[in-house]
Amino acid sequence: MSKKTVLMKGNEALAEAALIAGCRHYFAYPITPQNEIPAYMAKRMPELGGVFLQAESELAAINMVMGAAAGGARTMTSSSSPGMALKQEGISYISGAELPCVLVNVMRGGPGLGGIAGAQGDYFQATRGGGNGDYRNIVLAPGNAQELADFTVDAFDLADEYRIPVMILADGFLGQMSEAVVLPEPTGKTFEKDWALTGAKDRNKRLVASLRLAEGSLEAHNLHLQKKYDSITQALRRFETYKTDDADYVLVAYGTSARISRQAVDRLREAGVKAGLFRPTSLWPFPDKELHELARKAKRILTVEMSLGQMVEDVRLAVEGRCPVEFHGRAGGALPALDDVIETVMRFEREEVTHVHAS
Amino acid sequence: MMKPTEEIVISGFGGQGVLLAGKLLCIAAMRGGRHVSHIPSYGAEMRGGTANCSVVISDEPVASPVVEHPGVVIALNEPSVAKFEPKMRPGGLLIWNSSLVKTPPTRQDLQIVDLDATGISLEEGTERGANMAALGALIALREGFLSLEALDEALDEAVSARNRERNPVNRRILRAGYSAASAA
Repeated sequence: MSKKTVLMKGNEALAEAALIAGCRHYFAYPITPQNEIPAYMAKRMPELGGVFLQAESELAAINMVMGAAAGGARTMTSSSSPGMALKQEGISYISGAELPCVLVNVMRGGPGLGGIAGAQGDYFQATRGGGNGDYRNIVLAPGNAQELADFTVDAFDLADEYRIPVMILADGFLGQMSEAVVLPEPTGKTFEKDWALTGAKDRNKRLVASLRLAEGSLEAHNLHLQKKYDSITQALRRFETYKTDDADYVLVAYGTSARISRQAVDRLREAGVKAGLFRPTSLWPFPDKELHELARKAKRILTVEMSLGQMVEDVRLAVEGRCPVEFHGRAGGALPALDDVIETVMRFEREEVTHVHAS
Repeated sequence: MMKPTEEIVISGFGGQGVLLAGKLLCIAAMRGGRHVSHIPSYGAEMRGGTANCSVVISDEPVASPVVEHPGVVIALNEPSVAKFEPKMRPGGLLIWNSSLVKTPPTRQDLQIVDLDATGISLEEGTERGANMAALGALIALREGFLSLEALDEALDEAVSARNRERNPVNRRILRAGYSAASAA
């Protein structure tokens, strides 16, 4: 018999998955709507002999992650939007030092302290980086509690494989929602960390740093990082398609927006409209080539977000003008309404018919 | 044959067990092979106002977990009736706690059922079982939705070991609520 299905809150499924992946060093500062993660860690870490240290601030937490990662530990921090903003300096340093770690952002509305309801306004922050310098982080976008668990286990392996921070970018609704989950198994993958600071007795010293002052050394490092980012871009463009094979209208959405868009696709199909859903599950690297292929056959693309237009820029870059890219978004903790998404595509269909008659 | 999607709001004072009631429905339906979601409202609620959760039970993957226009509302206190009666879908089922609510719901396009939920609970010596009475009533009124036995099992799964000794009382209140609604 397979492992048992349990009803779990998204935040707790993610926290347990981190433990399954072998995370024993977790540092965080509380913030809604991700507080179930530190609460869960506070209970479970001592049972497993691990460390959850509630830091005095988000800055302290991310720098503790840097230290634990430099020591070779599997380590994680979690926060929500304004808290992630505070961590950006550390994320840039960790990226420069090529340290593996997992970062979790359970997004709420902004800017500033904003609200506490779920949102997707940190797409730019996550995929462009809020910190300084030429760096990229892998960004994974789960769409339900099961994926919050599965992607988190995977994130630790990806972080170690590429020596890179991997971010889980979820919205507050995913974090707060309870759903059926089958907890994942450990992958069993191990990674040799011949760079980790483990005590230099009987071996040559090692250095983990992001400061490179010698002439030419920083550019060489930038080029090395870029090569790594290029290979990740080749290997890791992730997405899921739903009814896109013959789709005239392709909806593009991630997270909770994608759940609503998927139901819109079903309703539109019932009404005879050929709609489909393209759901990126990696936001960096963005699955651009795959979306480009769909755009060659589609009449229009509709990006649906819980923001006023962020991922839509990557969609436009991917589509390269092959077909019109439209946008529907809600912000400030509001959810896209199913009927609004359906009506937007119905309007496209009416306009296409009018266009055909006129020409 | 697909069963209809149920969009349910359970609402009451903090401490009336609205979140647990929602979880019990989800676990019972999940064990029956259906897709489920449960999300609490975690907004800035006033003291003495409502705590509530949205539950969706469906044969399809759940889209939005947040229920805007519920088909079923369990209202365990007065502010819950005021807040959710206007939002309900026409034809919906509104179970309200007549032990505590002084202003009955008035909409003509709903199935409105009054239940002496806290009174039923008090007969078992606790005022904290109104949620169980209301769940029992819901099972009685929604034929083919879930069974009392499925909720019995969900109770053992949802409740911590420490509180499991109270489950016999919970089950009696569940059945008393079922009987009261069946007799109505």
